[in-house]
Amino acid sequence: MEDLFGKLTLQALPHEWFTIGGAISMTAGGLGAILLLTYLKRWKWLWTEWLTSTDPKKIGVMYITVAVFMLFRGVLDAVLLWLHQVLAGGGQGYLTADHFQQISTAHGVIMVFFVAMGLLFGLMNIIVPLQIGARDLAFPFLNSLGFWLYVAGAILINIFFVFGGEFAATGWLAIAPLSGLEFSPGVGVDYWIWSLQISGLGTLIGGINFIVTILKMRAPGMTLMRMPLFVWTTLCSMILVVSVFPILTMTIILLNLDRLLGMHFFTTGFGGNPMMYTNLIWMWGHPEVYILILPAFGIYSEIVATFSGKRLFGYTTAVVAVVAVTLLSTLVWLHHFFTMGADANVNAFFGIMTMIIAIPTGAQIFNWIATMYKGKIRLTTPMLWFLGFVATFTFGGMAGVMLAIPPIDYQVHNSLFLVAHFHTMAIGGALFGLFAGISYWFPKVFGFKLNEKLGQYAFWCWLVGFFTSFVPLYILGFMGVTRRLDTYDPSTGWQFLFLISLLGAGIIALGIGFQLLQIAVSILKRKENQNTTGDPWDGRTLEWSTSSPPPSYSFAVIPTVDDRDAFWTMKQAGKPISKPIFVDIHAPKNTASGIYISAFALIIGFSLVWHIFWLTVLGFLGVIITVIVRTFNDDTEYTISASEIAKNEEKRGIYG
Amino acid sequence: MVEHKNNDKTFLGFWIYLMTDLIMFAVLFATFAVLRNNTFTGPSGEEIFNLPFVLAETLILLTSSFTCGLAVLAARKGDKKQLYSWLLGTLFLGFAFLFMELSEFQELIHEGYTWTKSAFLSSYFTLIGTHGLHIAVGLFWLIILLIKLSTSEINSSIIRKLTLFSLFWHFLDIVWIFIFSIVYLIA
Repeated sequence: MEDLFGKLTLQALPHEWFTIGGAISMTAGGLGAILLLTYLKRWKWLWTEWLTSTDPKKIGVMYITVAVFMLFRGVLDAVLLWLHQVLAGGGQGYLTADHFQQISTAHGVIMVFFVAMGLLFGLMNIIVPLQIGARDLAFPFLNSLGFWLYVAGAILINIFFVFGGEFAATGWLAIAPLSGLEFSPGVGVDYWIWSLQISGLGTLIGGINFIVTILKMRAPGMTLMRMPLFVWTTLCSMILVVSVFPILTMTIILLNLDRLLGMHFFTTGFGGNPMMYTNLIWMWGHPEVYILILPAFGIYSEIVATFSGKRLFGYTTAVVAVVAVTLLSTLVWLHHFFTMGADANVNAFFGIMTMIIAIPTGAQIFNWIATMYKGKIRLTTPMLWFLGFVATFTFGGMAGVMLAIPPIDYQVHNSLFLVAHFHTMAIGGALFGLFAGISYWFPKVFGFKLNEKLGQYAFWCWLVGFFTSFVPLYILGFMGVTRRLDTYDPSTGWQFLFLISLLGAGIIALGIGFQLLQIAVSILKRKENQNTTGDPWDGRTLEWSTSSPPPSYSFAVIPTVDDRDAFWTMKQAGKPISKPIFVDIHAPKNTASGIYISAFALIIGFSLVWHIFWLTVLGFLGVIITVIVRTFNDDTEYTISASEIAKNEEKRGIYG
Repeated sequence: MVEHKNNDKTFLGFWIYLMTDLIMFAVLFATFAVLRNNTFTGPSGEEIFNLPFVLAETLILLTSSFTCGLAVLAARKGDKKQLYSWLLGTLFLGFAFLFMELSEFQELIHEGYTWTKSAFLSSYFTLIGTHGLHIAVGLFWLIILLIKLSTSEINSSIIRKLTLFSLFWHFLDIVWIFIFSIVYLIA
């Protein structure tokens, strides 16, 4: 019996208040969803219309849905931490030290890998093909597979609530030697390893897919220098993905070899080198920051041009800036550990490179401000998120330049000052951008706008809440509070600032409440905000030229592009659109192979966490057989007939 | 025309995949370079490597790369019989290489020089083992290709799959040359 389940014994099953609570709420939630689907008889609909779909627009919506669920988990973790830090001033707080560290780790991992990356891949899936005038991604099946691997990773990171064990208490990057077997003998780090490994594989596949799509599938006439900025930033971001995610994959494999087979890459004894882990993980980790922020820059560039009614100012410089940031981002990783004790010259080099990267970033801020200059600005919700970003990001960027100076870094390294800095960039930079993108493109995907008023309330809560909660952290950092601090003496006088910070978290929570309300109200009153033209904002790029929601084939006829802001030029020309001759379209069929492969990957990950090796073998066999069956299947496409398309397009009534 | 375009996408995608794989190997080479002298109480590379044996391995793998290239040429000519023989030759040489690699591992383990002995041995086993794993995957792929070939004529789909395989195989060859120079020759 013991051999059969590896390390998974009865003692490992959920037995603490948070795991039991998690197990009950997750099981109840799952059962509730199953019952609801059965009651509404929606199983078949869910399977054929959504889960097995290879349509990037639908995969995008699924990415965003999963990411939003993960956002709830991440925010809940954050609130638990905040509350504990306030209470810890007057005593012990309410979490054990180990549990506090686990939550802290989970919060970071979830927010970066499963929220930010999920929202990002969701938006890219929906928008990039539409913006370049393509009907699909280059490899539709791999796109579905990438999404399902991401889901498998998301399940694996939460599964310990139900099946037992714990999560890593090592910090989000599981720095060695703390994450080695010697100091973390439990299964927590193994859960970390396999959920990141599986979802990271999905990201890597997605990266290859988007690069090939952008390079090979643009509409005729869309040269590289006519691509919308969101496409440019996606391309650069994905180039970073394929350059650095392999480093993450391999580093995690090496850590796993240390833990599973007793190797000595990062151990303290037998000649292992823990500092090598720190180097390798940040070679991935720093570019990862830019993987998240670059597409947000792209989103802002689209929004500011649309709502200023002008072309983006300095398109070429913006492109050059994005490419420069891409290249420089691979040369700055060492600024995460100036205190490692490298040579002063080494620190100076990386400090200077880090400061240089602020130049192209700053150039983009001026691009956006100059675009607004003399424009007819409409202060819609997406535009508010953008303006909030400019203020917040500039503020956080200054703190970043401060941290780039090695002597200052020695003072504030690993303090709350650093924590506040990267939250300013992650929330004020990436997350605001993703929110802006979601409210901007929502009517494209669903055919109706989101409620403006509630969206603006949400924005103001987020902005005010953000500064209320994070400015105290900057100050606390100066006062010497280190990151992941679970206890402190009341005489330090820190408690009051922690309390203000918690208050800010409450305001952010209010903002999230408004966002949920906004979605609910918008769906209920969707008739009022309906948009049938497909172009609700008077947009400039190709995605607005098709109907909202777009048909499964996206474009009845692939558009021809002869300028930047292709759709704007078409509208300016003002020619009545003559009815085109429709032709048959070949589209990829649905496939469940991605689901099966990811399910087996989940089994592999879970069994390796618990050392249930017979199950690992079964999992690998499952993956291999599914892949072989898939490659022997040549019948992967179906045809949408020209008459069907013609019938569909007549309804839009746009042809003169 | 459509097919040509699809081929284009597949090849570009596969090239990018190969580059990502190369970066993974680069990480392994870097760790090997860092840990090379961290032999702790275990042996150094000089003491355990059998250079003539590795040279034979290298020549076998290079030859298999050559036969793989000849197989692609035969496929382009449409000569199924030649294609079969070159592919079987590649398969045989690949298995021979894998067998030699494994027997080298077995010998080291037999002498007690396992990967738990020192950081140097960890990085050595991982680098060589990862390459060997790739070879095993390649051989498996080749067997599937041979099965496919037995059920169909030489068509564009077969040629595409074969070309992808040969890219993969040559890639492993190049990685091995780096392994041969950096791991074995420097020691």
